[in-house]
Amino acid sequence: MSYIIDRRENAKNKSAVNRQRFLERYKQRIKKAVSDAVNERSITDMERGEEVTIPAQDISEPVFQHGSGGRRSIVHPGNKEFIAGDRIARPEGGAGGGSGDGEASNSGEGSDDFVFQLTQEEFLEYLFDDLALPNLTKRHLKGNSSFKYEHAGFTSDGVPAKLSVLRSLRQAKARRIALAGEPKRLLREAREAFDQAELDGDELQRRRMRDEIERLEKRLGRIPFLDTNDLRYNLHLRKPVPTSQAVMFCLMDVSGSMDQHIKDMAKRFYLLLYMFLKRHYERTEIVFIRHHTVAKEVDEQEFFYSRETGGTVVSSALKLMLEVLEDRYSPNEWNIYGAQASDGDNWNDDSPLCRQLLEKKILPLVQYFSYVEITKRSHQALWREYEHLAERFPESFAQRQITDVSDIFPVFHDLFQKKDAA
Amino acid sequence: MEILLPGRGPREPISDGGDWTFELIGRYDREIGAIAEQFGLDTYPNQIEIIRSDQMMDAYASIGMPIGYHHWSFGKHFVDVERSYQRGFMGLAYEIVINSNPCISYLMEENSMTMQALVIAHACYGHNSFFKGNYLFQTWTDASAIVDYLLFARNYIASCEERYGVQEVEMILDSCHALMNYGVDRYKRPYPISAEEEKRRQAERAEYVQRTLNDLWRTLPQARQLDSSDEEVFPREPQENLLYFIEKHAPLLEPWQREIVRIVRKVAQYFYPQRQTQVMNEGWASFWHYTLLNELYDRGLVTDGFMMEFLASHTAVLFQPSFDHPAYRGINPYALGFAIYSDLRRVCEHPTDEDREWFPDIAGGNWLEVLPAAMRDFKDESFVLQFLSPRVMREMRLFGVVDDDAEDEVLISAIHDRGGYREVRSLLAGQYNIGDREPNIQVVRVDVRGDRSLTLRHAQHARQPMGQSTDEVMRHLHRLWGFPVRLESVWHDEVVATTACPAEEAQSAA
Repeated sequence: MSYIIDRRENAKNKSAVNRQRFLERYKQRIKKAVSDAVNERSITDMERGEEVTIPAQDISEPVFQHGSGGRRSIVHPGNKEFIAGDRIARPEGGAGGGSGDGEASNSGEGSDDFVFQLTQEEFLEYLFDDLALPNLTKRHLKGNSSFKYEHAGFTSDGVPAKLSVLRSLRQAKARRIALAGEPKRLLREAREAFDQAELDGDELQRRRMRDEIERLEKRLGRIPFLDTNDLRYNLHLRKPVPTSQAVMFCLMDVSGSMDQHIKDMAKRFYLLLYMFLKRHYERTEIVFIRHHTVAKEVDEQEFFYSRETGGTVVSSALKLMLEVLEDRYSPNEWNIYGAQASDGDNWNDDSPLCRQLLEKKILPLVQYFSYVEITKRSHQALWREYEHLAERFPESFAQRQITDVSDIFPVFHDLFQKKDAA
Repeated sequence: MEILLPGRGPREPISDGGDWTFELIGRYDREIGAIAEQFGLDTYPNQIEIIRSDQMMDAYASIGMPIGYHHWSFGKHFVDVERSYQRGFMGLAYEIVINSNPCISYLMEENSMTMQALVIAHACYGHNSFFKGNYLFQTWTDASAIVDYLLFARNYIASCEERYGVQEVEMILDSCHALMNYGVDRYKRPYPISAEEEKRRQAERAEYVQRTLNDLWRTLPQARQLDSSDEEVFPREPQENLLYFIEKHAPLLEPWQREIVRIVRKVAQYFYPQRQTQVMNEGWASFWHYTLLNELYDRGLVTDGFMMEFLASHTAVLFQPSFDHPAYRGINPYALGFAIYSDLRRVCEHPTDEDREWFPDIAGGNWLEVLPAAMRDFKDESFVLQFLSPRVMREMRLFGVVDDDAEDEVLISAIHDRGGYREVRSLLAGQYNIGDREPNIQVVRVDVRGDRSLTLRHAQHARQPMGQSTDEVMRHLHRLWGFPVRLESVWHDEVVATTACPAEEAQSAA
């Protein structure tokens, strides 16, 4: 006799725990693989999983085994021309064509590397592990403009609209059971005694029992179906909702000196920042502002791919950013991030103005403003002006230099590294 | 091929087409079960479970334990399987069958009706009857208790993780897994396991072990023994079961750690018969799915299309590449086992003079008696030694190669000819002898009075040295033992190599 059972609806992912433990164990290696991958990947390609490779010997599970050497004899199938007594050259790759381990291979791996797939979510998890958005808490505390009601259990006091029928009836039933137990038992006994008295013809006892039954039935009848004590009300508490939307301003210099290569690097940086923000906020918007001597808000395509020539006035972009901010993104409702990329060129006269704009107007409003300079040359006026800012606002302003694609992730990592004892 | 001849009776197939339903699975199972019974297959009741492919991967990753404790190595196995499967490098097994009572078989949802029938014949009647009949499984495993025991093991380990931390538990498990193959009593019949019994005795045992240990490591000198000249050797006799020895005698382990050692030991013991009967087990199951499904065909219960699909998978599973084929990974246990059982049937039914010379007892006998006997009382080694016929050696074109590192060339020692049959057969049998395949290592000495070091002896087989991972395993052993451990490789009563943890200077001449 066989039992046939459909288990298809059973819990999935029985191996999830084991998988997590495996990943945890090799976390360092996986993280390294992930950050290597970020630098190799093309720009559009950030949001997928990654194949991670670990050298097999690093994760093999050791057992007592025979090593090569000594005298060993092996039987193989498929003889074609050999006869007993033939001597042949030792084949490459160890004794007897390596069939020794084919035979006993429970571990299932040869000398190859161990390769496995991370899901996209895990990939991002490792990518942004130990990174944190600075000043995240500030806005959470500040963002007291909206509230939502959260269920917080039950209470015995409330308005009728919040009556929890289920809970109330459950409570009532419990009370009824508790109160009725004793009289019911007595009633049962009285009935039995009544029947007995009737059988015995004991009139006195019969009457006494009849009265007793009546008394008990009345007592039972007095237990109310629903009492005010039973009523339960849903309890809701008003909780402040942290502002969970962010806007990211991408500012880029598109003057003639910025070639496609530099823009690509900037794009990677923006992309990382965007993905990072997206993980923290329910809603993330991006504003692209490009500038040469004048600034303009554009869409993504134009931001990265159209070229213009001309001089460079960085302050124009900052001014536009301020305008857009005031116009559309109230700091009470939005977490604001700024990221500026440039090759460092600016009109010399303009740089102090940029510093002023940031210092007086922009930095008080934003969560964080980062400036990356993509250049191999030495720093110019803009960098030096910004240096003062970095000193004065270590919490909300940072600047870094990128010279090569491989710098991007380390710089990003550096900018958003979790600060101790923040 | 003979099976494609038209069947005897009128054709009334159970189903036509690829899709399965629960009803059809039930019907196939009843028909196959009825035929199996006529052939005299004795099985546990079957529990057939239909699962999805991702559940199959889970089952795979837990190395065939229906309920497993958590450990990263299973996770590693899982991601490996997952990737290979998703990339299409490998198909999943069509089935997994568990040695339990009732016998649990997993069927994959994706299989066609033909494949489900094949799997039912293979697992639910082939493997199942093997589990119930073979002496190794009878002796070393208790099919009715294993699921309960594994549940107990998982809960126990989970509770240890809660109390002592995942890391601590993982370290102990890592070390135990490294020594898992040496956690089996090979020659002694073990006691049957029972989850309830384990639970009941666990506290008792923990206390007892701790007490006896203290006795062993008593530091107070006992005057009358101090001047005894004959030094007491501990253990009295070499011990082959390293994990058992550690569980009972490791000086520093906590009771819960001993319990984990015990759990790994019990699991190792559960798998011990499977490691020794791969050829027989798979051969037996393949022989029976082939026989049962052909019988279904002969009775007109399945269509020609069914048979074509079945034969395609059957041949794929039983494919044996030659030694020089790129896909060659050693001898395919399915192919070898199937060939031997099929040939045994032929020896019974159509014996030749050669068979009468080689198998005088069974040539011309009743195959329905000979085959079950050849399943019951053997393990791979003795099975090959006893039943590998010259015809199978010829058909598989088996030849023996001797590779001696003292010689420049390898020697073809014997081939499938009159002078070589016996040699090839015994070489192949030796290949399935766990005693030769794995290094023979035993506990020989504990320095009870001195530094408490533990000495293991590796009796070399054919001068074969220890492999590369030995150091690593010794570190695990050291972790469990807590005091220095040493492994001596011995060849002809002479120590030829030593591995120690912590490493000893000078001595390690490898």
